[in-house]
Amino acid sequence: MAKQTQKTQKNSKQKRAIPPLAIKAQLVKVSKSSAIVSSAAERHQLAPTFDFKYSAAPEATDFVKIDTRQKLFIDGKFVDPKAGKYFPSINPAKAEKISEIAEASAEDVDAAVSAATRAYEKTWSKLSGKERGKYLFRIARIMQERSRELAVVETLDGGKPIKESRDIDIPLAAAHFFYYAGWADKLDYAFPGKKVSALGVAGQVIPWNFPLLMAAWKIAPALATGNTVVLKPAETTSLTALILADVCRQAELPDGVVNIVTGAGATGAALVNHPGIQKIAFTGSTEVGKRIALAAATSGKKVTLELGGKSANIVFADAALDQAVEGVINGIFFNQGHVCCAGSRLLLEESIAGIFVQKLKRRMKQLRVGDPLDKNTDIGAINSAEQLNKIQELVAKGKEEGGEFFETSCTLPSKGYFHRPCFFDGVTSSSLISRVEIFGPVLAISTFRTPEEAIQKANDTAYGLAAGVWSEKGSKIHRTASGLKAGVIWANTYNKFDPASPFGGYFESGWGREGGRHGLLPYLEVR
Amino acid sequence: MHDLQLRMPSGSKVHFPRVPVDMVGVHERADSFTKRSIKNESKLGALYAALTMLDLTTLEGMDTPGKVRQLCSKARHPVPAAMMEELLKKRPSLPAIPSVAAVCVYPTLVPYAKEFLAGTNIKVAAVSTAFPSGQAPEDVKMLDVKRAVQLGADEIDMVIDRGAFLSGDYQKVFDEIVKVKDICGERVHLKVILETGELKTYDHVRFASDMAMEAGADFIKTSTGKVTPAATLPVTLVMLQAIADYYDRTGRMVGMKPAGGIRTSKQAIHYLCMVNETLGQDWLTPDWFRFGASVLLNDILRQVFKQVTGRYYYDKAFSTD
Repeated sequence: MAKQTQKTQKNSKQKRAIPPLAIKAQLVKVSKSSAIVSSAAERHQLAPTFDFKYSAAPEATDFVKIDTRQKLFIDGKFVDPKAGKYFPSINPAKAEKISEIAEASAEDVDAAVSAATRAYEKTWSKLSGKERGKYLFRIARIMQERSRELAVVETLDGGKPIKESRDIDIPLAAAHFFYYAGWADKLDYAFPGKKVSALGVAGQVIPWNFPLLMAAWKIAPALATGNTVVLKPAETTSLTALILADVCRQAELPDGVVNIVTGAGATGAALVNHPGIQKIAFTGSTEVGKRIALAAATSGKKVTLELGGKSANIVFADAALDQAVEGVINGIFFNQGHVCCAGSRLLLEESIAGIFVQKLKRRMKQLRVGDPLDKNTDIGAINSAEQLNKIQELVAKGKEEGGEFFETSCTLPSKGYFHRPCFFDGVTSSSLISRVEIFGPVLAISTFRTPEEAIQKANDTAYGLAAGVWSEKGSKIHRTASGLKAGVIWANTYNKFDPASPFGGYFESGWGREGGRHGLLPYLEVR
Repeated sequence: MHDLQLRMPSGSKVHFPRVPVDMVGVHERADSFTKRSIKNESKLGALYAALTMLDLTTLEGMDTPGKVRQLCSKARHPVPAAMMEELLKKRPSLPAIPSVAAVCVYPTLVPYAKEFLAGTNIKVAAVSTAFPSGQAPEDVKMLDVKRAVQLGADEIDMVIDRGAFLSGDYQKVFDEIVKVKDICGERVHLKVILETGELKTYDHVRFASDMAMEAGADFIKTSTGKVTPAATLPVTLVMLQAIADYYDRTGRMVGMKPAGGIRTSKQAIHYLCMVNETLGQDWLTPDWFRFGASVLLNDILRQVFKQVTGRYYYDKAFSTD
């Protein structure tokens, strides 16, 4: 009896609590189109709703020829690895082997470093900046000419959507060569009052998330400043670096100025520990970065490290919310979240958190996950089975820790490595999901009350690579940005890259800067 | 400029929270729809859908019953008979080419349009409230609407008073829309033209959209077609986002009509992608989305033919009405 009264009371209270408009809204949402059809539509009923499914629009691949077995690029020639060892390169969208990559042994690395040393001493260091610049311009132009081939191979090998490799990776890679080509004959003016000179041979190790772009970030400034290089691409994404080697050959770059050695960790270790190199440039995980820093400590080599991140995207209540949603989407789902500066932590001002998350969910449902070669694909394949496992493990742990988990309900291809875009809402700064770099399409959402709290939460991380600030109030943006300990801060945008802008991190995000005038320094002796 | 209250005629107040719009972000998102690659069956479907969403328009000082007759005839039978024959030869299962949604004319020509379209489901829309400038005394504008409704218009495309808007007299703009909707009643569908090319900023467009919807608009429409720029993807995106927010808040669907400047099928498909990915499929019907365009029709037909047969139809075969 008592129970029943309580129930009735509760019901009537609920009815009173919800204003008429809200009831209407709820009804509509529950029973969808039938309830939506208001008098206006009943009057008209001109045509049925158009079921707009985008047909497959795959980029052609028939013009690309990928050899079944790849070689090393040493001293201007493609050569077989001395030990005759190869490992497979997998197309992550199909989980199929697309080629075999040569595994460079210590002996091969030694040959590459020797070639680079010879090239440095005999030709490259003797050329004027103007002449070096000409080669760089030529490489940039050939990259543009071969951009379609490069984009398709990048997508086949790494799983990123063709629209990103076509519109971002390849154009930006060429832009880096153009930009540093311009610096080659102006180094005397880069650091006024100082004399600069090249270091010698640079050993460069790059990651799998932006294979060609990272090669360009490394090679272009090194060559512009008069160094020669030995570069090791990541083992899952070697192909475009080898095409770049062919581009260098096509540009008639002197033999040995650029050498590409493929392989996994052992090859990388042989390269960075080689006594013949004067400079280490590494982009990759913080774990490996620390090992390199330790090894280099006693060697006298100059080191730059571009490592991980757990960057915050801060959205204030006075931001343009619809555009902020786009920025958040781009921040975390660009390149499947395989971005060192990904905006993987979303900090929302508490007063707009509810509406923002609702908008974010709606937008996420529109993301098209699938065949990376399809021009309409927004989210492609996870780069490797190993990375997919890592993401899945972290998501499982995140679920154990709690917080509202949301993922879109899109169907994933039956083959290949895919992960739905998802987020954890209501996570705390201490939770695993907001501390560990996941390097996948997983967003951690938490709230703040004041600008001070936003800054404090954004800085509460071992990393410091990037941050985003969203507000329509300029003074608030400047005040927040000056409090953030991050190398790159974007205001009302995210993941924007330009060769003229330096990039790099604080703390465990790395040492040194790449890009811009700052990007010349790691490759120069300044007196 | 938001964050203000306006009065309803009943005396109740409507609150308009400030909703800032970031221009750079809007342009970037709008641009992403131009990168969508719509092929094969989805393209054919989109072309058909776009056709059903057309408001064929003639709004010239030189409009005559004869001109309206031509337009209505085109609205009823968009496709040349010989072309349809060829299409069916190539693909017998091809659905019939649909008629357009409406024709849009000046009020004086409404009776002719009604007559020429009798027996069809094609609506007659009349531009109103001293179209295109909106610069007339309020009683004249209301009479303009009343007469158009009396003459049989199914839809009223009114213009907002941009002068009042830009001078900050939002209450006047709001009141006019409320009054016009009142005259329209349930039967007549009200489209409110913001003339975004004169409002200039996206913040203005957003506020004007919010205001029009609260005042009772069934549709919000970008432009008269007399001002450049007319409809653009970014400005339409801002309006679609306003519609989405209004729907979330009230549960009432409001339609969208970009008008002017949409001349090619390719452009039209970009708009459909944008509606699809912003408001969802429920809006992909002429009840909730229209194109104010005339030249677009022939290009749609041209592309339908290309899609089905792999080649273009004899260009001179399309009437230029």
